[in-house]
Amino acid sequence: MKAMSAIAVGALVLLPVAANAADPPPGATACSGCHGSSATADTPVPKLQGRDAGETVAAMVAFRSGERPATVMDRIAKGFTDDETRLIADWLAAQK
Amino acid sequence: MTTAHSRRRFLRSSAALAAAAAFPLPALAQKAPRVLVIGGGFGGASVARELRSIDPKIHVTLIESNATFTACPFSNAVIGGLRDLKAQQFGYDKLRAAGVNVVIDTATAVNATSRTVRLGGITLPYDRLVLAPGIDIRWGALPGYDEAAAAKMPHAWRAGDQTTLLRDQLVAMDDGGVVVMSVPANPFRCPPGPYERASLIAHYLKTSKPKSKLIVLDAKDQFSKQRLFQNAWKELYPDHLEWVSLSAGGKVTSVDPATNTLATDFGKQAAQVANVIPPQKAGRIAEIAGVANQTGWCPIDPVTFESVLVPGIHVVGDATIAGAMPKSAFSANAQAKVCAAAVAKLLTGAKPQEPRLINTCYSLVAPDYGISVAGVYAPAKDMLAEVKGSGGVSPLDATADVRAAEAVYAEAWYRTITTEVFG
Ligand SMILES: Cc1cc2nc3c(=O)[nH]c(=O)nc-3n(C[C@H](O)[C@H](O)[C@H](O)COP(=O)(O)OP(=O)(O)OC[C@H]3O[C@@H](n4cnc5c(N)ncnc54)[C@H](O)[C@@H]3O)c2cc1C
Ligand code: HEC
Repeated sequence: MKAMSAIAVGALVLLPVAANAADPPPGATACSGCHGSSATADTPVPKLQGRDAGETVAAMVAFRSGERPATVMDRIAKGFTDDETRLIADWLAAQK
Repeated sequence: MTTAHSRRRFLRSSAALAAAAAFPLPALAQKAPRVLVIGGGFGGASVARELRSIDPKIHVTLIESNATFTACPFSNAVIGGLRDLKAQQFGYDKLRAAGVNVVIDTATAVNATSRTVRLGGITLPYDRLVLAPGIDIRWGALPGYDEAAAAKMPHAWRAGDQTTLLRDQLVAMDDGGVVVMSVPANPFRCPPGPYERASLIAHYLKTSKPKSKLIVLDAKDQFSKQRLFQNAWKELYPDHLEWVSLSAGGKVTSVDPATNTLATDFGKQAAQVANVIPPQKAGRIAEIAGVANQTGWCPIDPVTFESVLVPGIHVVGDATIAGAMPKSAFSANAQAKVCAAAVAKLLTGAKPQEPRLINTCYSLVAPDYGISVAGVYAPAKDMLAEVKGSGGVSPLDATADVRAAEAVYAEAWYRTITTEVFG
């Protein structure tokens, strides 16, 4: 028991204090496969970090309905519910 | 508990953090969680980098056999003469700069009880181990095809010298020659890969050796993006590409490197250039670690990518049985990010969240003609399943402009992902 609690204390000390607040919502990390998260890659696919969340949601809704033409985003947007899309958009908006 | 609380408050101030970093307390340094990653390809390099960005306190060591990684995506364009192999090669300096301890060596043994990995003369301990070893060839599964045969009849299914060998053979071939490709049954790395390669070899023949022809001998009747490929072949390569399905006798049953001949149940096909894509399995270290099952691939939990066979060991990328997700670099990278988040949670005793993953595989049918298959995936009954209504392939009736746009997006994807992983 002594040893166990020592390990628990060690783990506590090492916990990053604000880890949870920054956790990306489900699906959010997969967008950067195509939408570069850094300015270094030369690409016609726009960066999503820091983009207004309302704009991202509106684009996703329009891709899903087919109102906005797309080569691939229609097929991807259909995989996310409104709530999931909103969480992803909010998280992306908060990134640099 | 008082000590823990005051210690935590102490560590919270940034000055104290800087001091702790400069003069690490031995007791603290020992407790920093250690994650070992074996394999520095699309899956493993992504896991290592993502872990460091989630929590820089995690000690991450990446073990990779080669100092230079050669990427398979777009290697078909190298074979087709559209691209230099150099554009496929990446080093690990940026991972080192991100604080990943990169060890260039081959891991040879895993002890899941003592939680250690052996490589060269040393043994490294881990709290959690991530395996991303990609594929190995099932030597002997196709009679006649062994390592010596591969030096004559290249597979080029792991990029590098094999890619160059196949390219050189095509360049050296006289016009009028027959190129033969053999394609295995599922599952294998990159389901649309053989058909992209067939397209780009046909493109090379059509533009540089018009009296030559490619015959594709397939162990399947159905394949990824089939109608898109077949429509494009009819339009672009009617005289240069012939696909022989399983039912039409396409399954190769043995090869003979001495005569450069491929045999099916119905006859023998001699080739000037033979590209044998052989049956595959998870990279050998997976079998050694005990995380591969009788299929040769690794069953995993779809939330954490932890092996269902050996606790404490996670597997990502081609080596996994990932349900509906295909074995692609895109999948490996997406899985890696989910796995890294789960590992970081598990190291602190927290619960990983249920993930959503995306895959998209672009293929070039010609330099300005791209097609794609996409999907969104979620855990369902111990598997990764496609989210209903999502995904699918490029439209059959798209205009030339859309095909050209997809070719541009394909290259953009490659630049973006290789920058994220290695740049
Ligand atoms: C011709 C072709 C075209 C392709 N095109 C595409 C495409 O357009 N898009 C796409 O998404 N995917 C594509 N792929 C698939 C893609 O290459 C793989 O899915 C991807 O590389 C899988 O990543 P991974 O991390 O699982 O394995 P890999 O990227 O192969 O990495 C595995 C690494 O582990 C190392 N390793 C293995 N064992 C050990 C050990 N014991 N010790 C140390 N190091 C070890 C290896 O050296 C290797 O570097 C293509 C594949 C081929 C063959
Ligand atoms: C396979 C590559 C790929 C992935 C993965 C991807 N995108 Fe896209 N995205 C594109 C492309 C290409 C476009 C341009 C429209 C088109 O042709 O589909 C685009 C356009 C967009 C746009 C419109 C940008 C603008 O203003 O023009 C938004 C918003 C967007 N994507 C959001 C997302 C989100 C959110 C995700 C993750 C859930 C995501 N994308 C994942 C390739 C991708």
